[in-house]
Amino acid sequence: MHEMSIALSIIEAIEAKAAGEGPGRVSEVELLVGRLAGIETESLSFCFEAAAKGTIAEGARLAIEEPQGVGLCSECATSFPVSFYYAECPACRSLRVQIVSGEEFKIKSFTIEEEGK
Amino acid sequence: MCDTCGCSTEGGAVLRKPGQSGYHVHLEGDAEHHHHGAGHDHEHHHHEAASRKVLLEQDVLQKNNLLAERNRGYFEARNIFVLNLLSSPGSGKTTLLEKIIPVLKPFIPVAVIEGDQQTTNDALRIQALGVPVIQINTGSGCHLDAQMVKGALAELDLVDNSLLFIENVGNLVCPALFDLGEALKVVIISVTEGDDKPLKYPTMFHEANLCILNKTDLLPYVEFDPVKCRQNALRVNHHLEWLEVSAKTGEGLEEWKRWIETRLQRR
Repeated sequence: MHEMSIALSIIEAIEAKAAGEGPGRVSEVELLVGRLAGIETESLSFCFEAAAKGTIAEGARLAIEEPQGVGLCSECATSFPVSFYYAECPACRSLRVQIVSGEEFKIKSFTIEEEGK
Repeated sequence: MCDTCGCSTEGGAVLRKPGQSGYHVHLEGDAEHHHHGAGHDHEHHHHEAASRKVLLEQDVLQKNNLLAERNRGYFEARNIFVLNLLSSPGSGKTTLLEKIIPVLKPFIPVAVIEGDQQTTNDALRIQALGVPVIQINTGSGCHLDAQMVKGALAELDLVDNSLLFIENVGNLVCPALFDLGEALKVVIISVTEGDDKPLKYPTMFHEANLCILNKTDLLPYVEFDPVKCRQNALRVNHHLEWLEVSAKTGEGLEEWKRWIETRLQRR
């Protein structure tokens, strides 16, 4: 159930940053969740909705960008898409593949709808 | 709540000491939460659109990672070598500790942090070995995090130049993502599980430094291929070290002891 504690820490990070941004409510949160990050985005969205209740981000839309995993072969330097850790190099069949992308897990930004003025 | 194991972190974790039924420390809430209400340099443009994007570019696990680094600094300063033990429930983590601790104790002081959702059963088993132990009960939580470990460290009498085992909550999914400040991660799998487990739960095996295959005394009675399992584990993580052990018969424990000794010397 790490998605729930992760949703709570996203809310916490947004609240900390938003406290210095003046009044308003958060309408959208942009996340970067690599396909190899070990996060179920569907479960995260569900948990986020629950975690956001009663906070500045209640009802906020979660925009999740899911970068593809990219492997780099340590033998022949071929770069290719991977969807799991145990990828095989399509060029030379080597299993010595380094994951160079797809493990990202970041809050990129959030959108504030300003109140008043 | 969770589609994996249905737990939540509501209520917070609780620290307990075996044999002291009245003793417990609640780790709920966040004593270190800071509000930054003033002193930012953002320009407001009230005449433009009322909708405004605020860049954060922050790692979601940043708070846990920072706390884990704090724990790591504490361990390094006191020369405490920390192993984070991870596995499914029932793979024999506690039994392995019961067998390895008496072997290590004559050479180095050992302490244990036990993680479970409920009960002090495991801590009681470790306490019987005469080493300092504290139990973290995560309630409905499915993993230990750096904050819980930090709280436990305040309650555990650790000595300098020692060895600390952290036995994580039995779960092959969630604990993989949470750095506790340990030096190395040890994943344990037993022969009563499937030999394709490293492929089914790759994140855990990808993060681990050592894999221990336990309960090898049962190999004649189960359809488990240790060679295949090792190959699967190495496909996920080429740097993963591999040991085969039977906590019951003691076979392979000497190798694990040597592995620990080598790591202690490398510090």
